[in-house]
Amino acid sequence: MTTMNMIEAINSGLDNMMARDDDVVIMGEDVGYFGGVFRATAGLQEKHGKTRCFDTPISECGIIGVAVGMAAYGMRPVPEIQFADYIYPGLDQLVSEAARLRYRSAAEFTSAITVRSPFGGGIFGGQTHSQSPESMFTHVCGLKTVIPSTPYDAKGLLISAIEDNDPVMFFEPKRIYNGPFTGYYDKPVEPWSKFEASEVPEDYYKIPIGKANIVREGEAVTVLAYGTMVHVANAVVEEHGIDAEVIDLRTLVPLDIDTIEESVKKTGRCLIIHEATRTSGFGAELSALVQERCFYHLEAPIERVTGFDTPYPHSLEWAYFPGPVRIGEALDKIVGELTS
Amino acid sequence: MAEDNSKTNLPPLSLHVPEPKYRPGDTVDYSDVTIPRAGDQPRPDVNSAPAAMREMVYDMVRVLDDDYKAVGPWDPKLSDDTLLKMLKTMAQVRAFDDRLHRMQRQGKTSFYMKCTGEEATSVAAAMALDSDDMCFPSYRQQGILFVRGYPMVEMINQIFSNREDKLKGRQLPIMYCSRRLGFFSISGNLATQYPQAVGWAMASAAKGDTRIAATWCGEGSTAEGDFHSAMTFATVYNAPIIMNVVNNQWAISSFSGFAGGERTTFAARAAGYGIAGLRVDGNDPLAVYAATQWAAERARTNNGPTLIEHFTYRADAHSTSDDPSAYRSAQEREEWPLGDPITRLKRHLIHRGVWSKEQHEALDKECIEAVKVATKEAEKNGILGHGLHQPFETMFQDVFEEMPWHLKEQSEQANKEREIKWPDAEASK
Repeated sequence: MTTMNMIEAINSGLDNMMARDDDVVIMGEDVGYFGGVFRATAGLQEKHGKTRCFDTPISECGIIGVAVGMAAYGMRPVPEIQFADYIYPGLDQLVSEAARLRYRSAAEFTSAITVRSPFGGGIFGGQTHSQSPESMFTHVCGLKTVIPSTPYDAKGLLISAIEDNDPVMFFEPKRIYNGPFTGYYDKPVEPWSKFEASEVPEDYYKIPIGKANIVREGEAVTVLAYGTMVHVANAVVEEHGIDAEVIDLRTLVPLDIDTIEESVKKTGRCLIIHEATRTSGFGAELSALVQERCFYHLEAPIERVTGFDTPYPHSLEWAYFPGPVRIGEALDKIVGELTS
Repeated sequence: MAEDNSKTNLPPLSLHVPEPKYRPGDTVDYSDVTIPRAGDQPRPDVNSAPAAMREMVYDMVRVLDDDYKAVGPWDPKLSDDTLLKMLKTMAQVRAFDDRLHRMQRQGKTSFYMKCTGEEATSVAAAMALDSDDMCFPSYRQQGILFVRGYPMVEMINQIFSNREDKLKGRQLPIMYCSRRLGFFSISGNLATQYPQAVGWAMASAAKGDTRIAATWCGEGSTAEGDFHSAMTFATVYNAPIIMNVVNNQWAISSFSGFAGGERTTFAARAAGYGIAGLRVDGNDPLAVYAATQWAAERARTNNGPTLIEHFTYRADAHSTSDDPSAYRSAQEREEWPLGDPITRLKRHLIHRGVWSKEQHEALDKECIEAVKVATKEAEKNGILGHGLHQPFETMFQDVFEEMPWHLKEQSEQANKEREIKWPDAEASK
């Protein structure tokens, strides 16, 4: 075991897979010699060579399209899109090609790519360094979507994603690269080294795709979250002493519906939290599923705490971010007046 | 608005919207189209720097002259057998197109696209490749499958979406796929195969393989962003790839001017990327073969990518859903200065003394008969709209490697509906 922050854990996962499988190649803007703008690929080119980890032109449609072609050859490309906000030029290749190649070729060709991309806000990234576009991908049949919330999970899930024979969107919450963020923007962030989840094995291990993690057991309300919002949710329920069950979904597609169903049937209440904008966000899908499957167990309407339906603002970041106040109000509505 | 008199003497700007020279009913006159004399074009070394062969992108590689003789440095000097195979394959493709087009009209399938007039751009090109080189075609290169020996019955099964359709009825007719024959799954989204082909070529190079990739798109698709990204990646990584642009003058109803063809050639795009570019008489099968062979050798010897513009003419409708008489003069096809690829090769072989008019008539009959036999065989497996050819579960398979819970639930729903909607339908197996 070594203490790692999320960047180091991702780097370690990539390093493990490159050593394990010659077909794993890393490609993206600035990922090679420089090691990535967030350092996630630092040292990998030096260690594994230029044909295994290389810089690309600034062309997201090219990066994804070329990765699909390499996967068709039989390799396992791990393309990086520098910010999720810049994934849109690659959307045609993801939606029309990567996601459908197995289906339309009756499995003669597959697209075993893992698209890594930093996402989410809380860093004064403004409009184009803060977005959470996950629901644009969860809506696409044929893509898997994975979002880790700790260094330990990040490495284990990334290794699973790279080994998966389906295309995986791997969104990394950049707000928690260095330490968990609780939503209290005026308090200093503590580094990952102070938390157990930063204990990461240096060797290969996997966390299965499609399995949620109950990070906090409780009876009063089920809180569904992923990425940064797992930590925000946890902090708020701890602070208010609410007996909430906090579930880190980890994978959005395929969703761990059993864990969700079991929890909501136990608690009778459900709060859904995500940073992404509200309308047609992934929370809408979660809400519909819970309503369809747990209707007779529900004791209160399902609540959603999300980003507002506006582009991500710069100066009003903390007015926009779905932080402790918004979550507290929602919990109030669901479980009654909060005690503190 | 502030008062400003400084520009009152300037002429107003005007927006140029391209217009093809001939519309329905117009008399066609191609005398202004420059067709260089066959044999006049130099054949550079395969390791030539792109900058040193810039004139090639405005010229046109031609081998068959007006007397149907093979002339000049690009003559690939193919054996009679190879040429006869080329001729027979092109004739078979045309017979296939004609019959399958009619079958769409008879309601046996929903859709079809012919490649009439462009047979050389896939048949001659594929013949110049090694059989294990990987092809990333668009929807108008069915000739590759014929060269590589894909059975016509399999093609027709796919067109009919019947129970033997290898793609399980999931794909629109003609969106073939054969991994075994190095024919990449065709997508409806234009130009997406271009960067994919470059990626495949990069993988082959990264692995120290010896295989190369070839891709095709129409001149209309060169306007897509994927074309640009593919050219950029191909030159950056010196990818072993042949990028074919089949300039058949028309993208559905838009003439090539709307893809930027009014002021330059499509081959000239190569120069800007530092890629070797060749412009070829696309109706001259020997020129297409020779250019492909040159580009293949260039790629195989690590000298990098080549862009080939095949200058040709889409002789027939865009698809079975299209009526070209609504937007272009019918005379264009008749007057096309580069003629017809099959006729030209036929006359060359007659000129060589290894073929005759009678043999060709017999060949045409043979080809028609072969398609008839294949269609009859395929019809035994069902035609579109007659019967539930695929088990309903197949609709949910291969979305992912393993079927997740939500697709299992939906698959059960589909099967439940089947009982209600088609209670008397025979078992689909």
